[in-house]
Order: sequence, then structure tokens, then C-alpha cells
Amino acid sequence: MLLKELTEAMGPSGFEDEVRDLIREAARPYAERMYTDVLGNLIVEQHSSTSGPRILLDAHMDEVGLMIVHVEESGLLRFRALGGIDPRVLVSKPVRIGAEKRYGVIGAKPIHLQKADERKRPLPMNELYIDIGAKDREDALRVVKPGDVAVFATRYGEIGEGCAKAKSFDDRVGCAVLLDTLAAGVSVPLIAAFTVQEEIGLRGATVVGERIRPDIAIALEGTVCFDVVDTPGHGQSTVMGAGPALTVQDGRTIADQKFLQFMVSVAEKHHIPYQFRRVKGGSNDFGALHRSGTGVVGGGISVPIRYIHAPAQIISLEDYHNTVRLVRALLEEIGLGAWPLGNRIQTG
Amino acid sequence: MTDKNHREELLWILEGHGGPGFEQDVARRIEQVFLRYTSQIRRDAMGNLTAVLPGSGERRCPRVLLAAHMDEIALVVTKVEPGGFLRVWQAGGFDARTLIGQEVVVHGKRPLAGIVGSKPPHLTTARERKQAPPLEDLYVDVALPESSVRELVTVGDRVTLSRDPMELLHDRLAGKALDNRASVAVLLETLRFLRPLRHEADVYAVATVQEEVGFRGATTATYGWRPDVGIAIDVTFAEFPGQAPDESFKMGNGPVVAFGPNIHPKVFQRLRDTAEEHRVPYQVELTQGPTGTDARAMQITREGVATGLVGVAIRYMHTSVETADYQDIVECGRLLAHFIASVDTAYVEGLSCY
Repeated sequence: MLLKELTEAMGPSGFEDEVRDLIREAARPYAERMYTDVLGNLIVEQHSSTSGPRILLDAHMDEVGLMIVHVEESGLLRFRALGGIDPRVLVSKPVRIGAEKRYGVIGAKPIHLQKADERKRPLPMNELYIDIGAKDREDALRVVKPGDVAVFATRYGEIGEGCAKAKSFDDRVGCAVLLDTLAAGVSVPLIAAFTVQEEIGLRGATVVGERIRPDIAIALEGTVCFDVVDTPGHGQSTVMGAGPALTVQDGRTIADQKFLQFMVSVAEKHHIPYQFRRVKGGSNDFGALHRSGTGVVGGGISVPIRYIHAPAQIISLEDYHNTVRLVRALLEEIGLGAWPLGNRIQTG
Repeated sequence: MTDKNHREELLWILEGHGGPGFEQDVARRIEQVFLRYTSQIRRDAMGNLTAVLPGSGERRCPRVLLAAHMDEIALVVTKVEPGGFLRVWQAGGFDARTLIGQEVVVHGKRPLAGIVGSKPPHLTTARERKQAPPLEDLYVDVALPESSVRELVTVGDRVTLSRDPMELLHDRLAGKALDNRASVAVLLETLRFLRPLRHEADVYAVATVQEEVGFRGATTATYGWRPDVGIAIDVTFAEFPGQAPDESFKMGNGPVVAFGPNIHPKVFQRLRDTAEEHRVPYQVELTQGPTGTDARAMQITREGVATGLVGVAIRYMHTSVETADYQDIVECGRLLAHFIASVDTAYVEGLSCY
């Protein structure tokens, strides 16, 4: 389990290099074949000559981040988001910038100098700056330049009982599950795709789907979990600790009922807790994968994440382990022929 | 001066947690550094921590008190909600907008890591995003089942910001509680620069408590030590877009010396003359009433105290990413050491002569 290394690595959409390098080294012992494509997706294959359906497991490497776009005369840096970041989570957070991972902080005018109505208004991104301690523009430009990217500076750590906090569990948790799955080495034709640019529109997965043309595709994700105070049940989406969440319907996908039923039956057979993801919005790479070629059957399996896309996110490590168990059980069952080619109706 | 400055000690002191009324952890850290300069350490009933450095004067020496508050703004648990989520209120002024997604430490039966929550973006309507949630709508998530939370946390437990100090470019530092531990570092730098100097005055270097809730520590510390001159050391505002020019000091341009009705004119003048004489770069802050610092309490303690106010300019005050320039801290310490060395009986006697 590489959750610490993976979540502390920097990889905003389009700048996944550090994450890719980390995964490449971790996957190497288990890879029959490993290559990158023109967008930067990392593809790892196992048991390609084994008979049975070819299974694509997908996890995206990128995370939401920031890009420096301008350096002010004062030396403060203006930035824009890479992916969906609620600007309200940015104020008072540290970031790390560029290859050198230089610290910067996002501050705001002190409360002492604000009017009462100012405090009620969330600060939009165009009123925020990253401060690296530069004395002026020239000073700043010695060490950063427009186009440099930044991510939250949060460290991985355990929290509460059996939980962990970090940035970018979305979707390093999926990357870690996929690496664990590769290490398990279930004897099925497996293509593990660590994709780029999910957060800006599932772009890596789109070309991976075309290249691989799998028989089955499953996106391994981290998904919204809002099982917190004052949230009605229907708005919670998932519950932390209740097991991997299976997508029923999201912004891009309506689950294939037969495959969803198959996943449920495998979970039940193996006594693995599971839940359904209960919001309609959002999406994951399966939204792109299932429409590639003439269509691909499969689904999405997600680890619930509290405070997704925010600097400090929480997952249950039990959910993580149960997700690894479910993915492995699915591969084993598929290897045994439980999901035959041809979409024969499964009864579970 | 060739001995090492107190930058490392400041980083260590910043790791301490101590909101108003529970400064003990921070006080213990400061005490360890104070002990390098004097064996005379005193605590009063409020928790103020004083390092006493006797002066060289015969008979009754003039008394100079330096006060830097060591408390940081903090939160307090007001309710344990179903699910084990904690509601909080504040001791000291938070901008609730800066708390969303903030990591904190809940000081329960044992310290618990927590994260301040609000609705995540996926489930927030466009209208909700136009309103910043007030503090009472936020909660602290300690990722524990409710039964464990009720065992470990009770209403009244304190919550402080969690943030490792960070080093930025040059000599700049960022983190929580630089308001006002940057000034605690000024105290330490003052003692360092003072060591080779002869000073007639007795020096009372006080790390005060409960400034953030109303200068309460400074009130009793000043009462207890009866100083002739009291200097409050506190941070002020470094320039940032959207701030007024007289509330925008330049980081790296030296300490800020305050002027105005809260400040004794002769103390201000002496600080300024000392800076000029010893080539300490400085900036002047103009204040128009009682300042929001320990100087406010000091000036009207007992029969009145000649009060001064100095400090360094920081950015993002009252957030977890307060940013200061250590060179300003060093220069502020140098200024105060030379100021103290200049204080004699004649100067003190002149303070009541208008």
C-alpha cells in the first residue's frame, strides 16, 4: 500500500509525471508489459496470453491543482485551478509549487481589516494569491514562472480510528488499489491503466478505451462521501466505513444492470461489504471507457472520501482494504468464468 | 554578535499549542530558552511567564517590562453532534472562511487530529457558494465513531490549528501562531543582544497570556512588576492587496514602532532615536486610540505606565499561514536591547514631566 507516497506526490491534470514515475517503479515487478501512450497514460499488462475476457482496470493519476498564471509586481503569484476546486477551501492553505516543491501560502486580508459584510462573501479565486516569500516580481521570477503548477501541501497521516487523511485520495486511492491488484497477480488478462487528465474531462481514459478495446472495464475511484452532521440520507452519497461504493448512475454513466448485479453477487459471495453511490452527479473514467469503440460493459467501484477535492480528505482504511478485496474477487470470479463473454444474464 | 539567532527555537515554539487560558505547553517551551539567559523565572497566577534580568544600577533600578503574548487564537467545543461531529465557538477572532478544510488538534483526553468540515463542492448549490458559512455551521471531524468521541471529548475542550511551520524564500517563515510568537522570538533576540550590553535597568521579559481575549495577562503582569517603562511587542499588518496604506508595512524593512495616544511620546522618541543611532531599519505605525495589543492594558495599569509598542509586520494574521520575515524579528530584538541599555534613572524620572 503506497497511499502515503502516492498522496504526497504532485500530479495535477496534465502534470502527472511524479505520480507516474512512482507507479511505474511500484508496478515494474508485476508487469508483463508496461508502456506509456502519447497523452501520458501508463499502461501495465498482465497475463495477456491467458484465455478469458480482457479486463481493463482504470485509476486516474491526476489530482485537482493550481497553475501559476501571473506574477504581480509585489511578488505575489496569481493562479487558476486545474480541475474543480471550490475556491472556499483555498484560503489559509499552503501549497507546494513546481518540481522543487517550493512552499507557498494562500492568505487573505486579515479579519481585523475586513468589514462585516466582507466576511460573509467567499473569496473568489481572482482575489487570492500564492505567497512564496518573494520581495518583488523579479525576486519571484528567479524561482517560479507562469505555467508552474501547485498542489496542496497536506501530508498523509492516520486519523481517528482506522482512517487516514491526505490530499488527493481522489484518485490516488484508486491507483493504490490498482497497484495492490497487480501485486495479487490474479491469472486473468489484465490491463491496468493509470490515466491522466480525468479531472478536466476524462481525457486520458478516452484514448485508453480506444487503444485497449477491453471486454470489461472498471474504473477504480474515490468518490464523494458526505455522511456528516446535518446531511439528509439522500444527500450523503456514500457512508465512510460501509464498504466500496458501486455506481448506479452518475453524470456520465448509467450502470449496466447485469454487471452491477454481478458485482453485487461477487461481494455477497465473498462477504465483502458494499454500498451504492447515491448521487446522480459527478463521474469517473468509466464514463469515457464505456462509450469507447462499440461500447464496453463494466462499472465503477469507489472508495468513499470525505472532503473530496479539498486540502485534507479522509478515507476509511477498511473501505480501502475491502475495495482491494472486491476487485480481486471480481477478477477471480471472472477468471473462473462467472462473467461469460456475450452478456449472458447473471442471476448472482 | 556571532552567536546563533533564535530562528530554530521559534520554529519549535510554533509547534506548541496554546490558546487563551491554556498556554502551559507554549510556556514550557519558552521557559527552556529563557533559562539560557537567567535563572530567575517567575510565573504568576494567570500563567504569565517572566524572565527577570537584574540591572547593573545601584539602589532601585529603573524597570523595563517587555510583554509578548504567547497565546494563539483557538476554538472551543460547544456540542458533540450525532455522528460524533463537533461544533465549536472561538476564543479570539477567526475568519470562518479560513477554517474550511483546516486541520486542527482537538485537546480532548488525548490530542485528536481533526479536519474542519463544511459541505463539499459536489453537493453545494451555486447559491450556497455565494455565502460563506459562519463558524456555527462548520464542524470538526475527528474520524471516530460517536461513542469514542463522547468518551474522549467533552464540551469545553480546546481546539487549535494544526500547521507545521514552513520556510519560504529568504528568511521568511509561515505557519500558525506567528501572532504572536514572532514577538516571543523578539523577546529572545532582545535577550541575546542584551547579553553583552551593560544595562542599568531591571528587565522583565514576559510571555503573557490571554491577549487574544482582551489583554488579560498583560494587565496582571504589569501590575505585578510595576515597571517604569512597558513595551508591548505585537505583530502588525504587512502590505497586501486591498489594504489601506497606513495598515500596510513592508516585510523585511525592519520593525514597526507605533505612535499615538496609547504610546508615551518619550518612549516613542527614544525608540526612534535608538534605531537611528544603531542603524536599525524601522517603520512607524500611526495609531489613533487604544491599540489592540497588550499596550492597551499596560498604559493604564496602577498609576499609569509609560508604554511603547513595537513589532514586526506579518501577512495573513489570524490564519494558519501567517507569514513573517525573521530578519525583522532580529532587528526588532536589536532595537529593544539598545533601547533597554539606554534607560537610566534620569530618563525614567523625566517620563512624568510634561
